[in-house]
Amino acid sequence: MNTESMHQQERTELKELIYQLADDDFILAYRGSEWLGLAPHIEEDVAFSSINQDMMGHASMYYHLLEDLGEGDADRIAHLRKPEEFRNAILLEMVNGRGTYLDKPDYDWAFAVVRNYFYAIHKQVRLESLRVSSYEPLANAAKKIMMEQYYHLMHWEIWFKQLVTSTDDARQRMLIAVDKVWKEFGGVLTLGPSYGEFVKAGLIEDEPLLKKRWLNRIEKVFKETGIELAGEPAIESGNGRKGEHTPDLAEALATLSEVYATNPASGW
Amino acid sequence: MQAGLSFEQLTNDEKHQHFMDRINRGEKIEADDWMPDDYRTSLIRLISMHGISEIMGALPEKEWVPKAPSLHRKLAIMAKVQDEMGHGQLLLRVAEDLMAPLGKTREDIMQDLFSGRLKFHNVFHMEAPTWGDAGMIAWLVDGAAIISQSMMLDSSYGPYARALKRICAEEVFHAQHGESIILALAEGTPEQRALLQDSLNRWWKSLIMFFGPKSAKETGNSNADKNIMYKIRTKTNEDLRQEFFTKYIPRIWALGLTIPDETIHFDEETRMWVYEDVDWKEFKQIVSGNGPRSQDRLDLRRRSYDSNGWVRDALAAQKAI
Ligand SMILES: [Fe+2]
Ligand SMILES: [Fe+2]
Repeated sequence: MNTESMHQQERTELKELIYQLADDDFILAYRGSEWLGLAPHIEEDVAFSSINQDMMGHASMYYHLLEDLGEGDADRIAHLRKPEEFRNAILLEMVNGRGTYLDKPDYDWAFAVVRNYFYAIHKQVRLESLRVSSYEPLANAAKKIMMEQYYHLMHWEIWFKQLVTSTDDARQRMLIAVDKVWKEFGGVLTLGPSYGEFVKAGLIEDEPLLKKRWLNRIEKVFKETGIELAGEPAIESGNGRKGEHTPDLAEALATLSEVYATNPASGW
Repeated sequence: MQAGLSFEQLTNDEKHQHFMDRINRGEKIEADDWMPDDYRTSLIRLISMHGISEIMGALPEKEWVPKAPSLHRKLAIMAKVQDEMGHGQLLLRVAEDLMAPLGKTREDIMQDLFSGRLKFHNVFHMEAPTWGDAGMIAWLVDGAAIISQSMMLDSSYGPYARALKRICAEEVFHAQHGESIILALAEGTPEQRALLQDSLNRWWKSLIMFFGPKSAKETGNSNADKNIMYKIRTKTNEDLRQEFFTKYIPRIWALGLTIPDETIHFDEETRMWVYEDVDWKEFKQIVSGNGPRSQDRLDLRRRSYDSNGWVRDALAAQKAI
């Protein structure tokens, strides 16, 4: 499928899906970039910032797909939308911990590991489906992204398994983080109100199917590490796919667009 | 060396002579080779300071990573700051190998940083309040770093020379990234140009300081001289500063920027740049941890060290299994 042969309705659905993909990566990469210089050791600082940079690159690819679909300048899309126009899951916008990245950060590494690991598994599942998307530019982007995504998944898997099977303190902290992530992860797994249309257009596979694949993989890891599965992941704080967000997102957007917003028309 | 006599049986003076012969022949010293104690301590001082400066140097730019004004700039500055952390990692490993025979580890380096015993470059004690500073740091601070690091590419200590080779290759990209930010601002609105001039005014003195005092007189410190004797470095602080001026002053002027030093000019007779020297007591104050942002940045690292204590414990417990 290409853009010329697409009906207006299909175009709208396609853009809706790409906004989700783009905003998920963009906001989580932003949260990751706040960790810079604060990771548990220097080697991790290097690895983590490489992952964030890749993820920001993925977001940029998606924003450029939106630009090609007539949504306007990619930088403008990324920096100047209002919070309610963002389609990322709420889990991914949540702050890293107490403080800000500039002022007395007291960041939670357990939360960082669990959020990134669970998201990486989902991203992998989602990309495997997008790889055969009916919209060719999206399928091509997915193939490119998958090459990097594999390493991200491995990276977080090692951290996750290491920390949940180490000291009691570490396990305790990790389990608290699993709980916290579980309460919102439904928001990552959902494709939002129009998912039926996405599926009909062959853009991506069915939501319950993707969810099942994610759960199967999680179940396996939980079994290996002796963690009990607490039913289905929830959507406690709202559905980001519908534009529902927390003040954390508004604050993040104000920061990441601080310079650009002073003069969007100018070259930077 | 006399035939039949093993190296271990030589007196210390003979070992020292043998060592000096090696470096004078241009041979590279490796981590496990015999070396004079003061060569080792000079290297540890130099390389751990360089390594920790890369790491502390990521902090002023880190302030601008989330705020970079386009997707392209966000990606570029993320890549740049990641490189700097990578340089820090590479150099700390070189320093760790040198410290191992003294029973010291990375932990000692971090503790020395926190206690103020281990110093980092003056530039990273300074404020970076605008996006112009993100450009200025990458363009001129990295530019200055390239000049002082290139000089040591042929350092007598092999592991340092090899690390620098990789670092210098990446630094070139950093300076280009910085120059690209600077050019965009220089060609932009009057506000953007003002941002740029403002930033140059703020950084000029720190850039002069970056290369260190002209001679030991100013700080009573002769590390530079010893490093030259041991062929760890080949040029004086002033040589490097002059090189920096020659490379960058014409470029700064070409952008229509004003250097905040009315006296600066090239003296055709001495073939040297004449400039207003800085107050080296102030320099000493800054690198001793009394710069405008010294304590905030140290605090950031201490804080992350503390909040990640449980992770270190968990990893140590894993290793023990
Ligand atoms: Fe560097
Ligand atoms: Fe650099």
